Amino acid sequence: MKNSKPSMLSVVDSTRRAIFVSCIALTVGLTSCNPPKANNPSAGDGTSPSPNAGSPTTPGTVSTSPSGSGPNVGLNGAGASFPAPLYETWFAEYYKKNPNIKINYQSVGSGAGVKQFIEGTVDFGASDVAMKDEEIAKVTKGVLLLPMTAGSIVLAYNLPGVEGLKLSREAYADIFLGKIKKWNDPKIAAANPTAKLPDKDITVIHRSDGSGTTGVFTKHLSAINEEWKKGPGEGKDVKWPTGNGAKGNDGVTYLIKQTEGSIGYIEYGYAKNQGITMASLENKAGKYVEASTESSSKALAAVKLPENFRAFIADPEGEDSYPIVTYTWLLVYKKYDDPTKAKAMKDVIKWGLTDGQQFGDKLGYVPLPKEVVDQVSKAVDVISP
Amino acid sequence: MNNDEFNADLLKRSPGSPRTLFGILMTGLTFLSAGIALLPLVAVIGFVIAKGGSRIKLGVFTELPPTAYQVDGGGFGNAIQGTIILVVIAALISIPIGVLAAVYLTEFGKGTKLADWIRFFTNVLSGVPSIIVGVFAYGVIVLNLKNLGIGNGYSTFAGGFALSILMLPIIVRATEESLKLVPPEVRQAAVGLGATNFQTVSWVVLPAALPAIITGTTLAIARAAGETAPLLFTALFSQYYLPLSEKGPNALYEPTASLAVLVYNFATRPFENQKELAWAASLILVLMVLLTSIISRIATSRKVY
Amino acid sequence: MTSLSKDSQPAVQPRSSLDKNLDRGFIWLTLLFALAVAGVLIWMTVVVGIGAIPAMLKYGVGFIFSSNWDAVNDEYGALPQLYGTLVSSIIALIFAVPIGLGVALFLSEDYLPTRIQVVIVFLVELLAAIPSVVYGLWGIAVLVPIMKAIGGQIYNLFGWIPIFGTPPSATGLGMLPAGLVLAVMVLPTIAAISRDALISLPPDLRQAAVGLGATRWEAIIKILVPAAFSGIVGAIMLALGRALGETMAVTLLIGNSNNISASILAPGSTISSLLALKFAEADGLQVSALMYSALLLFAITLLVNVLAEMLVRRVQRI
Repeated sequence: MKNSKPSMLSVVDSTRRAIFVSCIALTVGLTSCNPPKANNPSAGDGTSPSPNAGSPTTPGTVSTSPSGSGPNVGLNGAGASFPAPLYETWFAEYYKKNPNIKINYQSVGSGAGVKQFIEGTVDFGASDVAMKDEEIAKVTKGVLLLPMTAGSIVLAYNLPGVEGLKLSREAYADIFLGKIKKWNDPKIAAANPTAKLPDKDITVIHRSDGSGTTGVFTKHLSAINEEWKKGPGEGKDVKWPTGNGAKGNDGVTYLIKQTEGSIGYIEYGYAKNQGITMASLENKAGKYVEASTESSSKALAAVKLPENFRAFIADPEGEDSYPIVTYTWLLVYKKYDDPTKAKAMKDVIKWGLTDGQQFGDKLGYVPLPKEVVDQVSKAVDVISP
Repeated sequence: MNNDEFNADLLKRSPGSPRTLFGILMTGLTFLSAGIALLPLVAVIGFVIAKGGSRIKLGVFTELPPTAYQVDGGGFGNAIQGTIILVVIAALISIPIGVLAAVYLTEFGKGTKLADWIRFFTNVLSGVPSIIVGVFAYGVIVLNLKNLGIGNGYSTFAGGFALSILMLPIIVRATEESLKLVPPEVRQAAVGLGATNFQTVSWVVLPAALPAIITGTTLAIARAAGETAPLLFTALFSQYYLPLSEKGPNALYEPTASLAVLVYNFATRPFENQKELAWAASLILVLMVLLTSIISRIATSRKVY
Repeated sequence: MTSLSKDSQPAVQPRSSLDKNLDRGFIWLTLLFALAVAGVLIWMTVVVGIGAIPAMLKYGVGFIFSSNWDAVNDEYGALPQLYGTLVSSIIALIFAVPIGLGVALFLSEDYLPTRIQVVIVFLVELLAAIPSVVYGLWGIAVLVPIMKAIGGQIYNLFGWIPIFGTPPSATGLGMLPAGLVLAVMVLPTIAAISRDALISLPPDLRQAAVGLGATRWEAIIKILVPAAFSGIVGAIMLALGRALGETMAVTLLIGNSNNISASILAPGSTISSLLALKFAEADGLQVSALMYSALLLFAITLLVNVLAEMLVRRVQRI
């Protein structure tokens, strides 16, 4: 009891101090969060002049002041990661011009995209693999498969001093099978008589997450190599016989850049923008073709798109065709319950097919041939409320 | 007999004896290990400040993450918003449950077998890997929301729920510790004045322990804000701000960005701009943890009673 | 009696039934929440377990022994991930245990004034507070280049030892860098809890030992450490539990290869990195297989944590 009095006093004192300190903590916390709330300039959209003031309590939400047109529409999509950079750019650009139309795209992978589209949990899907008949049959609202862009997959490598590497069909299949282990392997040397190939181990970089890019690449490998077909097979997530895994096209690109003696498959755009050397690949006609927008367009031109736009290009014909190309599809319903959604969907697609194509070129996608654009634009009109 | 020959020096250890040398060696090794242990702390914090500091400008707090080919600009305003919302959801779930559970453990169930078991479970819960908590939240929230047809299931709410599970054991433990520090005399005095259990706890014990509880909770929040694994397949990520003003609470059914997932996504990107943002976001996460740790340290070093 | 109370209006009235019920309700509420906290663990087991059932039925125990993770043929097995989980954690412990114990001893002896000790304890504990993903980012920027630089030398010098038996992955990623970062992350757990065990020993132990002529280090090694042994083992087990389940830093550094290699210079993968990478895009049986591997990880960490908890509790009772 003797010391109870001083301790009670110190209680009050230290409680106060502690509360004071926690208040400081809170204040520090708040002020560090404040700027985004206070200064949020309607999220990068400098054009809308009147930030719909009213509610300062809703940080980060974009000012919805109509810059002219229509009611607010939100579209949600999910699917392939292969076209994700392009779609993200499209939707961001489109949003700048039409601040009332906000499209969220989740790059969750082709498989999940198709699944969610069938389940109706999204407004549209996206896939690098066209839907199968039985999948289409499950969707009561009707399905349109629309090729929006095309891309090619390149074998990017990091081998200082070796430019313009040529890889025969056997060579690149064997590298990914883990059968060719050194850069100076005779099978590589045969096609590159002049190149100084080092006695260095090949480090294969592959995707560690499921991906449409892997799906397209392994589909091609299965088409050209029996052993691959039997072994790892084709799919968006296969069992790699060798190498390191990395996440996303980004991760693979990064790892190739960082690693001497590595080779991996990535989208053309990533290799082009990062200035990574790409191998010329032997095509079906036996010619070595460099990856480029032209050679990919030629490969696309070699395939005639049917009425329903479903075409698989595992191994395109043609002298100048680059061998690993693919269309990538947007999956949309023929009927939308909400007419504003139907209209927005239609408008966005048309915009993507016309104005949007230029971004595709910049990002390293292969712009659609004109006939395809016309064909698709016509098909879009089917969408109805 | 030989007492006069006693030599005090015999009691001293010779500095060259193996026993002494061994002692010096071991002492040296412990100093060394302390040095080695602090090295990564300095290295991590130094690197994060050096690499992230230069990128911190006002814009990063408001702008949206840059797309792949945007060579400069951009920020993580939406990730900050997302992290705050996630943590608020987590706190709203875990603080009431955690504090009241701790009240039971220290006030009502003290010394019982049941309380012992609950404490045991709580401690084990704090050791569950955060990725497993993510799988759990996926199973409980994401799948069920999907089945109910509410969006595609991946949602801010699912992420907040996952974080709340991670915070729960920390809050229980922190609250328990702070309640234990309240001396029994205080309770006796309250009861002696005729207070009910409820009144004793809510008017006397909890207020006395409040500062310590607040600091413990702040720590738990800071830790939760840095968690990535449980968000990977619950809250996913989003390029935009959560549309709170348009959809109100329904916006919580949509995926959200967060600082931690942003760091993970941008960590292995080949694009310098995105990589710099990853460092800047790391800096914010690290500063948050540092500040809360230091503040709570100062606050708790002053004992309540 | 009754008339008296009526007249004088006693200051203390018997509690109304509302008051009583409120009070009882409050106790029940706290009990309910306390049970809920414990129940989460059981709930978690049930949810992950139910998700795993399809894969469990299909593969049974064979899942643990198959190294097939093949989404193309829908065949799954988690041996490489189990192996990687254990090996990366063991590497972490090999580095973290001696250093962690060194720190614990350094901070439990009287080398430094208590004030400074407390500061260092705090700094060491800060290591545990830094988010895992930040360690991953840091590892990529710092450890990976170091591994690239010295990995080759390690192989040349020690290649004859199987654990260094393959040339290092040219990427600089692999088991070793992942294990090293894990070591940093679990170090504070070992240091802090071992220190607690050491300083909570009764001082008589040391006094008796020194009184009998033991040097400081003889007392530490022969008396103090054995006395605190279960606490120290508990600390190591807790650290192991943390290392086994650690996700982000490992995912970024381990190289994510599905192959088993005896060499720690080679890339590998862990259950947690498998979950982090595959879960978001998985569907069908793969989700169940992932749940199954999550269940395995859950079971292992649970076992380790329960053991650790029991050991640490024993110390607290002493």
